[in-house]
Amino acid sequence: MNRSAQAPSRPAWQEKPKPVTQAAKGLAVLALLALVLVPFLVIVSTSLASNKEVVANGGWVLWPTEPTLRAYENILSGGIVTKALGVSIGITALGTLLSLACTAFLAYALSRPGVFGGRPVLLLVLFTFLFPPGMIPAFLLVKGLGLQNMYAALVAPVLINVFNLVVLRGFFQGIPEELYEAARLDGAGDWATFWRIALPLSKAALAVVGLFYAVSYWNSWFTASIYLESDHWPLSQVLRTYVIGGAQIADTGLSEAGMVSAPQTTQMAVLVIAVVPILLVYPFLQKYFTKGVLTGAIKS
Amino acid sequence: MLPGLVYFLVFHYGAFLGNAVAFKEYDPFAGLWGSPWVGGGNFSRMFGDPDFWHATWNTLYIAVLQLVFYFPVPLAIALLLHSLTSDLLRRFVQSVVYLPHFLSWVIVVALFQQVLSDTGLLNSFLGDSGLHTVDIIGNPDAYRPLVVAEVIWKDAGWGTIIFLAALMQVDEQQYEAAAIDGAGPWRRFWHVTLPSIRPIVVLLLIMRLGDILSVGFEQMLLQRQSVGPEVGEVLDTFVFWQGIVAGDTGYAAAAGLFKGLVGALLVFVANRVAHRLGEQGVYK
Repeated sequence: MNRSAQAPSRPAWQEKPKPVTQAAKGLAVLALLALVLVPFLVIVSTSLASNKEVVANGGWVLWPTEPTLRAYENILSGGIVTKALGVSIGITALGTLLSLACTAFLAYALSRPGVFGGRPVLLLVLFTFLFPPGMIPAFLLVKGLGLQNMYAALVAPVLINVFNLVVLRGFFQGIPEELYEAARLDGAGDWATFWRIALPLSKAALAVVGLFYAVSYWNSWFTASIYLESDHWPLSQVLRTYVIGGAQIADTGLSEAGMVSAPQTTQMAVLVIAVVPILLVYPFLQKYFTKGVLTGAIKS
Repeated sequence: MLPGLVYFLVFHYGAFLGNAVAFKEYDPFAGLWGSPWVGGGNFSRMFGDPDFWHATWNTLYIAVLQLVFYFPVPLAIALLLHSLTSDLLRRFVQSVVYLPHFLSWVIVVALFQQVLSDTGLLNSFLGDSGLHTVDIIGNPDAYRPLVVAEVIWKDAGWGTIIFLAALMQVDEQQYEAAAIDGAGPWRRFWHVTLPSIRPIVVLLLIMRLGDILSVGFEQMLLQRQSVGPEVGEVLDTFVFWQGIVAGDTGYAAAAGLFKGLVGALLVFVANRVAHRLGEQGVYK
């Protein structure tokens, strides 16, 4: 493609690729990009199109001729989606904070040599990765603890993710021992060392792990579907019911009388609202992915 | 450390004990510990249940499809990306292909339905062009290729990360030496690139084998109803349907426990095989 336009970082020994190879690669890359991006374009376009255009087009629109925010106004003016959005934001914010804190504490404790019970606890934790408890016992436990129809049911059972724990532990272990020594000589206790040395130096890992938690809380619907009544539902579960399940949104008092927009545009608008937060945080954290994921993969 | 430890003790080990229900005739009024023991009753019933074997068969079928069609894709994309000389272009493509990994299955399934359902993008295009329309969503024959295509769309890009990292670590000097010895691009690819990433490919393959009984629970559950249990039921959805929807708790727990045991056994065996082959394996 336009690779020749930029200065290629081709080493001296490597011959210039043939035009055929270049073209084939260019096509492959374009196809990859299109496969991912076109569905997004269709969703956003359809959500912005007018009812007339959607109906005329048979349900979807590639490029709206007269864009309108009607669908968004409808679903965000109170009702199920607005409420679910609030629930999702709340669960994601609180859940991520709690998970990140608990994971960091445990990861730090497990990363320091000589912590009481360190090795057995580590094995205890890793074992759960190999042998998860299973769906039915987990379900009975949540019910037994009386967490049904409480938001805690969405957070408590998934508080710490072992993979994330291992990533953070790896980062804490990667911090040079001298820094810890120096902190101790300066009279810092365990807490101070944790706050002043370990955490600030692990921002990249904390960002990645935080993102992983946030995404999983934002996306979770299964736990909500089995533990929560429908008036407590987060956005993903609403999306599942109305977009995949095809339930009529109009029937649920979602749209004001007389303001009913084509279900298709409404569905697409809900979909867009569910995707947007992920698209917003994504560019900021993207550069940390490789680092974070690989530390985890290698250390485990 | 304490909150984390408590979490693991309660929600993993506590829940783990709940597997005892697999050996009981669960009665919601008597509770877990008040329900009568039935020994291996649930298990013998399970082994005689054609629905259970059907779900197992579906699970293995989809797992093998994924292994054959999904597994090579991230590697292929990684090789393509690695061969791009422009850093800027490569980073851009990378950020785009990673993206679907962060969407929930609800969103991915909804996207696929929008594109492939009988009123979706593909069919309105075919219809407008005067061609035959194809029913893909809701067609049991298309279900298995469909779920594999979804997995590829969602996670193949993300899967490239580990291969790309392995490719980065290949020693430049080897390429240079090979080039000086007169090896063309294909020979370099065959004799330098592929052998260098072999260990990581083997490792991932083994991990995938160990995980073969888990084929995307959320993904399957979301679409089970549109095609029915005939092709849509896998072990995880079987457990869900029997235990949580139908309330046959003890029986479903037995199926879940069976799946967990076999899964752990497979990880163990796969790891032994890895050691035999001189690879590092998943754990020491």
